[in-house]
Amino acid sequence: MLTPIVDEDGAPFWSYARRGELRIQACADCDELRFPPRPCCPHCRSFETEWRHLTGQGRIWSYVLPHPPLLPDYAEQSPYNVVLVELTDAPHIRLVGNLVSEPGARLNSVPVERIRIGARVQVVFTDTGLPQWVLERP
Amino acid sequence: MPVLKDATAIVGIGQTPFAKQLPETERALACRAILSALDDAGIEPTEVDALASYTMEETDEVELAKALGLGGLTFFSKVGYGGGGSCATVSHLAAAIATGQATVGVAWRSRKRGSGPRPWKNTTVQLPTPAQWTRPFGLLRPADEIAMLARRHMHEYGTTRDHLFNVALACRNRANQNPAAIMYDRPLTREMYMNSRWISEPLCLFDNCLETDGALACVLVSAERARDCRRPPVYVHSAAQGLPAQHHGMVNYWNDDPLTGPAWTAARHLWKHADFAPEDVDVAQIYDAFTALIPLSLEGYGFCDRGEGGAFTEGGALEIGGRLPLNTSGGGLSEAYVHGFNLITEGVRQLRGTSTAQVPGASTCLVTAGEGVPTSALLLRS
Repeated sequence: MLTPIVDEDGAPFWSYARRGELRIQACADCDELRFPPRPCCPHCRSFETEWRHLTGQGRIWSYVLPHPPLLPDYAEQSPYNVVLVELTDAPHIRLVGNLVSEPGARLNSVPVERIRIGARVQVVFTDTGLPQWVLERP
Repeated sequence: MPVLKDATAIVGIGQTPFAKQLPETERALACRAILSALDDAGIEPTEVDALASYTMEETDEVELAKALGLGGLTFFSKVGYGGGGSCATVSHLAAAIATGQATVGVAWRSRKRGSGPRPWKNTTVQLPTPAQWTRPFGLLRPADEIAMLARRHMHEYGTTRDHLFNVALACRNRANQNPAAIMYDRPLTREMYMNSRWISEPLCLFDNCLETDGALACVLVSAERARDCRRPPVYVHSAAQGLPAQHHGMVNYWNDDPLTGPAWTAARHLWKHADFAPEDVDVAQIYDAFTALIPLSLEGYGFCDRGEGGAFTEGGALEIGGRLPLNTSGGGLSEAYVHGFNLITEGVRQLRGTSTAQVPGASTCLVTAGEGVPTSALLLRS
């Protein structure tokens, strides 16, 4: 499986995720959240940042079901889902992830017919600190 | 009065055969396409003093100028973002010529995508850091990235697979008229489309462009010089690039409104400097790496309102004789996928009146580059 190639701006996200926390970069001056992380606030141009703890609740904005040809590790689990989740407490911040039956489960562990746009989901984390999503009402 | 408007013209086009596999190198193919375009224009290689290409092009200015015996170059330019740069190669040359930095410009594209590697097949070594937010989750290929937007468009606006089929069919029907097209002799039916394998649901096999070897080129000069060339001039009427606020590449998911992609930004500038409007466009060559890009582009370039891009395709609108004949050489879906350069050359053929699927009396044409990445577009007129 591919692991994130982390840059300096993204490193805090992944380090919090390894501790099981969903934190999103925010401007320490104007308070605006931003994603993906970057050095400067696009609203007020401040370089002061902090990492805001969020509840990890969201809704599925869209999803796809990839089929081969795919990299071998992914082909083996296909068709799997990839969801785009819009965070409840931070509209317009959307995270790409997978809807799974429980933390660390396979990418195809939720039956396709259970996936729908608008479904409420909650973030969970794998052992390696990859955020995943479970249905709020499984 | 904008300096660029109708100040330059495309006077030569050239191409190699298109195939899944061609024996020659990308460099040799590029040389052949450029020589063919210069011959079409009736201009000697020694007169070329400007080159423009787009990134992900393996042949560069130094080796082509050397191989082809071009004159001393006073302008060369590379536009970023792969297929998003196609039209900008022409607009960079137009700007250079209109402002006196050069007199004869050549743009080209040479690719061996049919027989060569696909960029996303190599794994970690090629993963750029922005991919940390998408690739580990299995959003691996451009098809997966665009399918996400397609699904949302279907959910929000009732766009259907039949709408996407309308796009695939229009391109295939035109390819069936074009002997140079890879799909010249391969008709498409609704049954074939609906029963084909998934690539990334909701996109199936026929929603995806071809993988092609081939090269193309075009030659640009001033409008004044164009009057003395061998072929009728095709004027660069308006041109624009587009990189919207908060854009992130193929995954426009962090834009406030992910369904308004780079086309919307390019369109604003394109129409602002044009003497005509979308309803005056006779024929369109719209970048079709995926069928789902067409509804998004139709909305972005103002052919219909937001959300109506799917419905626009109904009733044969994209066919010859329809509201907006589309990709009349077959496009990336059915002629050849050479990062959209064939859309430029087909736009030129339409305005010369020499297309294999000629729109009668066509005098205005929109050509667009890759939507979903920082893009570019041209309005051409005869």
